[in-house]
Amino acid sequence: MPKVLKAAEMNKCIGCFTCMNICSIVNRQNHSINKSAIKVRTTGGMTGHFVAIVCIACQDPACMEACPSGALTKRPGGGVLLQEDKCIGCRKCEKACIMQSVFFDEEKQKPIICRHCGSCARFCPHQCLVMEEVEEI
Amino acid sequence: MIYENYMRILYVDLSTAKIRIEKREDLMPYLGGVGIAAKLLEENMHPELDALDPSQPIIFAIGAGTWIFPVLTKTVAMFRSPLTNELGESYAGGRLAMTILMAGYDAIVLLGKSPKPVYLQVSNNDVQLKDARAMWGLTSEATGQAIRDRQTGGGKRSIIRIGPAGENKVAFASVCVDSYRHFGRLGLGAVMGSKNLKAMTVIGDRSIQIKDTPKYFKIYQQIFKKCTSTDMMSKYHDAGTPINIAALNAAGALPTLNLQTGTFEQGDQISGEAFAKKNLVRKLACTGCPVGCIHIGMYRREFDKGHEYEAISVSYDYELIFALGSFLGIKSSDEIIALIDEVEETGMDAMSCGVCLGWATEAFMNGLISEEQTLVKLAFGDSDSYLQAIRYLARGKNKFYRDLGQGSQEASLLYGGSDYAMQIAGNEMPGYHTGYGALVGAAVGARHSHLCNGGYSIDQGMKEFDEAAMVDKLYNEEVERCMTNSLIMCLFARKVYDRQTILDSLNSVGWDLTDQDLTEISKRIYRTKLRIKNAYGFRQKAVKLPRRFFETTSMHGPLDEAVAQRMIRSFDDKNKSLMTEEDSLLLAKETAKKETAKKETTPLASGTGK
Repeated sequence: MPKVLKAAEMNKCIGCFTCMNICSIVNRQNHSINKSAIKVRTTGGMTGHFVAIVCIACQDPACMEACPSGALTKRPGGGVLLQEDKCIGCRKCEKACIMQSVFFDEEKQKPIICRHCGSCARFCPHQCLVMEEVEEI
Repeated sequence: MIYENYMRILYVDLSTAKIRIEKREDLMPYLGGVGIAAKLLEENMHPELDALDPSQPIIFAIGAGTWIFPVLTKTVAMFRSPLTNELGESYAGGRLAMTILMAGYDAIVLLGKSPKPVYLQVSNNDVQLKDARAMWGLTSEATGQAIRDRQTGGGKRSIIRIGPAGENKVAFASVCVDSYRHFGRLGLGAVMGSKNLKAMTVIGDRSIQIKDTPKYFKIYQQIFKKCTSTDMMSKYHDAGTPINIAALNAAGALPTLNLQTGTFEQGDQISGEAFAKKNLVRKLACTGCPVGCIHIGMYRREFDKGHEYEAISVSYDYELIFALGSFLGIKSSDEIIALIDEVEETGMDAMSCGVCLGWATEAFMNGLISEEQTLVKLAFGDSDSYLQAIRYLARGKNKFYRDLGQGSQEASLLYGGSDYAMQIAGNEMPGYHTGYGALVGAAVGARHSHLCNGGYSIDQGMKEFDEAAMVDKLYNEEVERCMTNSLIMCLFARKVYDRQTILDSLNSVGWDLTDQDLTEISKRIYRTKLRIKNAYGFRQKAVKLPRRFFETTSMHGPLDEAVAQRMIRSFDDKNKSLMTEEDSLLLAKETAKKETAKKETTPLASGTGK
């Protein structure tokens, strides 16, 4: 069965930012958290709570629908896969995502969308992030 | 700068609002962190001027492996300490180090004094001084909130700020970093206050392409595994550093009632276990640390009749529980949290604050100071009086509190009671009466902190006291930490980062270092620090230790002043001998420079018609 990433237990999050670091290393070969497809944010500084903003693996993705060049295709289990060579950098996918989980790489002028590879979950020291099996619809 | 052969330094002159960037190849032999900070301090310091003179610099530096590897999370600040009047060196975690790296700097040098209160905003394509007049007088939390609300960049932004104590130049005022971390010791807060600098915010979002991902990621994973899957660091996450309260109390090493004793009768009510059971609500991490040692404790305070409550939460650690707990005879974790909260809001170093209040309490009991001066009846165990005293101290309420704000050494010189003003070379004692390691270690440590050489830990590991071996261990640790503080490693990760791990990690991101290089680097940095201390007028052999240290039995039994002084002299001799040692790398460079200079000057010389 295909798997998708879930930020299931963010109450356990310590705000170490390892997930962002790992995503940038594995998927972008970069040290900057700007390149990460998952963003951990606080609601109101360190005294607030941690939330993870990341693709929630829609079955009917609005981002894909908005893409004019066919660069986004449906991913088994949910979410999308990006073919960068087909992407024209129009940012329509970014605007279409109501969860604000499509980020944009200003340097490369291409969107950053989670491909549910599970690297962040593998390194999450407190299992806040997990890979969940889902039924193929 | 990672992957480059130079260090990139940002200079900000607060007097003129002008900035300057330097690319410094010559700083590479100092690795990063405390190495480059020490060198930059040496270049910019004014030993003839007061610590709070506008021309004195503040240096912030990140390390050679900051953010790139797990638990290398610290930023170092160097300055002239208004508390000891010599080397100021302080470390903070939080998010600051990662943001400075991502803003594109290895170090930030602040010079001059702003004509009006400002805060400094640094990002990778901008540096601005912004109006902070309205923030002057605000607590550290309110200041953080005001800046957070005004600015975008959350997640990749760090905000450091001072409270009222820093504005009022309390000599041990701290700087709060991202709510729960601090540049605590030695008074950086007062130095910022003296510059009219309320806060600094750093936003970092540049891109750094990894040069060799497979090589780098392999090492990253090895280190990550050591941090998370072994027991090397687990205790720091579990109950955290306060777990030591019970053990040190049982050993008679927990400074209690201004070190009248090393045992606190109510120790079990303020132990790590007690806090965990009653107050612990959350754990947090510095950015880039998978361990998460920051323990947040909460208590419910009744602020009015009619079931009116508020939740007070602070980060707590061993040192704070000692200084604002056992040292002042405070018997409950709730009261300690209330005191930590007040110290946090006013912006002071919790250790110095607690130890100063310990002296004041005893001096008050002995009639050296009166209630007219203290304004409250200071008494061990009375947290309400201490809450009030902390506010007076931070605001410089009257002459007595302004004097106390200069530190316990200074205050005891004015009012008496030097025998029980528990400072070591001007810095208030840490929470360990473990033996000669802790005491001598703090006396000889470059910044008189327990973290200079970890003497308290050596005491605990040494069954039978061996004087010569102790001096050797202190010395080796003092020198070695100059190198590890250039990475900049959190000291909790010292077991993870052995020499080979340090070499493997740095060499996977472009350095080409050998074990011998690391030795040379540590000595080079230590020599720089000793030169600075000497220029500031510090004389190791002139350090006098308060009599109380020798009256109250330590974990290793009674301590003898003659032995302590002999150890200090022996350590000082080692320093002197190091200063005469030649720095092979710098020597080679000097020779090369001279050779080139000779070649260049030859044609000119012949052209003079000699």
